[in-house]
Amino acid sequence: MNQNVLMLMLQGASMTVRIFAVALVCSLPLGLIVAALRMSRLWIFNLPAKIYIVVLRGTPLMLQIFFIYFGPAFMPIFHFRWSDRVVAATVALVLNYAAYYAEIFRSGIEGIPLGQSEAGKVLGLSRVQTFFIVVLPQVIKRVLPPLANEVSSLVKDTSLIHVVGITELMLVAKQQASRLTNPLPYAVAALIYLVINTVVSRIMAAFEKKLSYYR
Amino acid sequence: METVLSVKGLRKSFGQLEVLKDISFDLGRGQVISVLGPSGGGKSTLLRCLTQLETIDSGRVEICGETLFADGKYAEKEALAKITLKVGLVFQNFNLFPHMSVTENIITAPMRVKKIPKDEAVETAKGLLAKIGLSDKADYYPYQLSGGQQQRVAIARALALSPEILFFDEPTSALDPELTGEVLRVIRSLADSRMTMIIVTHEMTFARGVSDRIIFMEGGVIVEDGDPEALFTNPKNPRTREFLSRAAD
Ligand SMILES: Nc1ncnc2c1ncn2[C@@H]1O[C@H](COP(=O)(O)OP(=O)(O)OP(=O)(O)O)[C@@H](O)[C@H]1O
Ligand SMILES: [Mg+2]
Repeated sequence: MNQNVLMLMLQGASMTVRIFAVALVCSLPLGLIVAALRMSRLWIFNLPAKIYIVVLRGTPLMLQIFFIYFGPAFMPIFHFRWSDRVVAATVALVLNYAAYYAEIFRSGIEGIPLGQSEAGKVLGLSRVQTFFIVVLPQVIKRVLPPLANEVSSLVKDTSLIHVVGITELMLVAKQQASRLTNPLPYAVAALIYLVINTVVSRIMAAFEKKLSYYR
Repeated sequence: METVLSVKGLRKSFGQLEVLKDISFDLGRGQVISVLGPSGGGKSTLLRCLTQLETIDSGRVEICGETLFADGKYAEKEALAKITLKVGLVFQNFNLFPHMSVTENIITAPMRVKKIPKDEAVETAKGLLAKIGLSDKADYYPYQLSGGQQQRVAIARALALSPEILFFDEPTSALDPELTGEVLRVIRSLADSRMTMIIVTHEMTFARGVSDRIIFMEGGVIVEDGDPEALFTNPKNPRTREFLSRAAD
């Protein structure tokens, strides 16, 4: 293994980190929206959200990546083709993770005592103000630990997108291992994933600490 | 005396269960009414209907000259928002916002709802904290306070919007007995400054001392409504008599 191989692997790692970051930033708000729909009393909102959550949590992520990447090509009526496979793969990750985050947000929101929103309402805050000023900050504190688990899974699950030929860390490791007929690139990849996840969990722990000023 | 709250024929059901059956009473400015009665009588539901936490089924409610509910429907949205600010509610379990300091709890609604500038809202909060004897706790978080202190902050939070009427739903029921005194003292000082209040409570002695009138509620109806001394010494209704004698033990 030479410097050149290491360079390639670090480039792959950089792609991994970028996809991870974009997927995370997009799936969190989408998860919140799905949670809101899921909690609606109107079935036209909560039924699609329920189906969405069941399907995306109940089928393999790998299959979802294939379906989203290749699916449009088999459905010519939509006149849609992915211009960029990285975008397609990121969309798949976002859709999948939003379903998990939605359930975490929902249980977080349902865990906030009703009295909190009632106090907001009696004080004249609008429903939107009550949610963003009173409820959401408390939800964030509550969901951080389960969210940290999912975020760490997301780092690892970015490796699945190598199946559609994106040169992220996993694919580079695979190519180099077979080219060199040597498993060392896999070991290096493992180490890099560990480093990324250590950084990520440190960041999550810092957020948790920041919100530990109240109980 | 100016009437600030007028309730006529108020009804409320939860499914098949009729919880408020034809409730009618008036409240004059500066008056203090205590509401007594056994558990499940509808006392909380009454306060919650008046503060828009439950929907009224029928009847007529006017608050400070504004119609809240009449002829089977609620007032327009703007009127409802206006009425919301005229009434305050103090909950049994305080419902302070745990992620906000004492000061933030008090200034949030004045700033966000009434658009009062922050420094002005903070000044008001300081005055209120002095009044309830918690000036040294301005930067504390609710979890750092005793139940009695939390409830006093909750009262200050309600007062910060300068409501015309303040409702209390069993303000001392969640407190250890040794902490009820400090909360009752604050409520009494509000009564002394002619704050208009309706207090649902099980503190008989307090109710007798602080109230201009006592309403006795049972099974969703007002069984008796009158002068505290008359009601305590010589209750007209046998239900009231029974409740008071049981409460006296
Ligand atoms: N959201 C609700 N859904 C269904 N039933 C309810 C609801 N809230 C209250 N009730 C019922 O309404 C009746 C009156 O309740 P309410 O809480 O108003 O009584 P209360 O006089 O405040 O009693 P307590 O002294 O125990 O606080 C009770 O039978 C209660 O079970
Ligand atoms: Mg009650």
